[in-house]
Amino acid sequence: MSSQLPTVPTTVKGKPKKTSAFSPMAFFKEIGKHWTFYTMILPGLLFLIIFNYMPMFGVVIAFKDYNPIAGVWGSKWNGLQNFEFFFKSDALWRVTFNTIFYNLLIMVLVTSIAIVFAILLQETGGRYRSGIYKSLMLLPFFLSWIVGDYIAYSLLNPDQGLLNQIREFFGYSAIDWYGEPSHWRIIMPIAYLLKSVGYSSVVYVAAVTGISSDYYEAADIDGASKLQKARFITIPLLMPVVIILSLLSLGKIFNGGLGDWGAFFTLPRESGILFSTTDVIDTYVFRALRGVSDIGMSSAVGLYQAVVGLIMVLATNYLVKKYDPESSLF
Amino acid sequence: MQSTGFASKLVVNLIFIFYSLCCILPVLLVLSISFTDENSIMADGYHLIPKVFSTYGYEYILSGTSTILNAYKVTIFVTLAGAFSSLLVTSLIAYALSRTEVKYRGQISFLIFFTILFNGGLAPYYILVTRYLHLKDTLLILILTALVSPVNIMIMRNFFKDVPSSIIESARIDGSGEFRTFFRIVLPVSTPVLATIGLFSSVAYWNDWFTCSLFIENTKLYNLQYLLQALMSNLDYLSTNAAASKSLENAMVVLPGESARMATCILAIGPIILLYPLLQKYFVKGLTLGAVKS
Repeated sequence: MSSQLPTVPTTVKGKPKKTSAFSPMAFFKEIGKHWTFYTMILPGLLFLIIFNYMPMFGVVIAFKDYNPIAGVWGSKWNGLQNFEFFFKSDALWRVTFNTIFYNLLIMVLVTSIAIVFAILLQETGGRYRSGIYKSLMLLPFFLSWIVGDYIAYSLLNPDQGLLNQIREFFGYSAIDWYGEPSHWRIIMPIAYLLKSVGYSSVVYVAAVTGISSDYYEAADIDGASKLQKARFITIPLLMPVVIILSLLSLGKIFNGGLGDWGAFFTLPRESGILFSTTDVIDTYVFRALRGVSDIGMSSAVGLYQAVVGLIMVLATNYLVKKYDPESSLF
Repeated sequence: MQSTGFASKLVVNLIFIFYSLCCILPVLLVLSISFTDENSIMADGYHLIPKVFSTYGYEYILSGTSTILNAYKVTIFVTLAGAFSSLLVTSLIAYALSRTEVKYRGQISFLIFFTILFNGGLAPYYILVTRYLHLKDTLLILILTALVSPVNIMIMRNFFKDVPSSIIESARIDGSGEFRTFFRIVLPVSTPVLATIGLFSSVAYWNDWFTCSLFIENTKLYNLQYLLQALMSNLDYLSTNAAASKSLENAMVVLPGESARMATCILAIGPIILLYPLLQKYFVKGLTLGAVKS
């Protein structure tokens, strides 16, 4: 991915920039020459323009008093009024903190556990066994967060839930899981771990098998231990894959509910009691959207979300570039 | 690799056995609840093995068939139509972008990549779909939302890059048009990536509830996942179904809440579990493509 992504011309150092001024003549000549290829591109590109680029222009409603009858362009401007309420409320700090906190925590936890699992999977002493573990670990990845909610409920339901029964069996008192926000700081990451560790492990196993065995043979000759091999060969060589996946997952998380952010909608069941630890920007935007005539505010918060997401990706990419130009995204 | 000692091997295996159990036991718990008698749930709570076995939850759902069957139909139709169209559109654009003779492929790739980094957010998207495209309460929107994913285009493009250009060239010399070459020659040698992306998008369509909750109000167009959510947030949902409540009145029984809901949940994950062996084989293969090829 890294090598083939289009580089932004300004970041190309040392190479003379190709200054090809855009000329309509050349453009039509190219389209005419390869019209079949451009026909192949058209449906997909059209789709992205309609569903991904048009909403980008729609962000102007963040600065308007949206009126459904007048539409996006017909509505009156109202400056920063939509932002005002959100930026004055304590919700701003809460959802921003929760979003970034869970985001980074889950990313670091999933990545590190998955790498450890990927290395350990080579050590189970049998391909057949590793295969079974991989299959079982992958299962949660195929289940939706709605099913995840059902599962969480059957574990956490205060009266009949399995966890409280186990606690009572060992003589502890039952816990009201759905009434106490502090527990969710642990529940949410665990839910995400179970869903994605298996998947990420499989990705890293694939990357590990892609590493040339020459390295390991050379290390064997030098008498390296397994731990040393993992530390000095496997992990450094996995780094590019880790970085790319992390950057992409950062981008995904700010995808306005369409990313993999579903657990925050379903697991806490929109219960207001739990907002302090489970409300993230996405759920806030979604609630505002369904609320009465709050579309303006919803889009203001959505714009804020997109900007925060972009800044995070760019900052991370900048850091990566500083230390390892090869694996940066662009 | 040098051989590992027996003790460390045992520890490694124990770690994986423990983690694997964490992954499957919760699903088995839901399965067990769906087969438990309602009164027993109230009295003893949930257990991994039903204390009082009963298939009543399933009978109840299947007697008030129309709602759940409808949701099944919607989900199956959207999954098949969606995965197929998604594959077609994605593979076409990915193939064209993998050909070096296409001059603007860099710029177009950047346009695609940029959508990963930035988007307009939910509200403008919602307004676009409801007010300008008029797709509220249509099956079409369920298919369109996940039709093109930038990441899938990238994965496919990288795969097509490795298709030897000699076979494409020779087809061209034989006078085959670009489309014909693509469908007759390139696609048949690309089954691994097609299977992978096909599975990715099928699972995405099958599990999609968010689109439904945004744009669907007509209960006839509910898909399985959204029906599940509706059940969770509204216990009486099933009893509003005329057929179900009629048979209830006749039978004069307790309304099965928990076990029926869990049964619906099991029915929703059933097909995934059945297809699972096939799914994960391709998944592991395809992930290898996506991850390492980059």
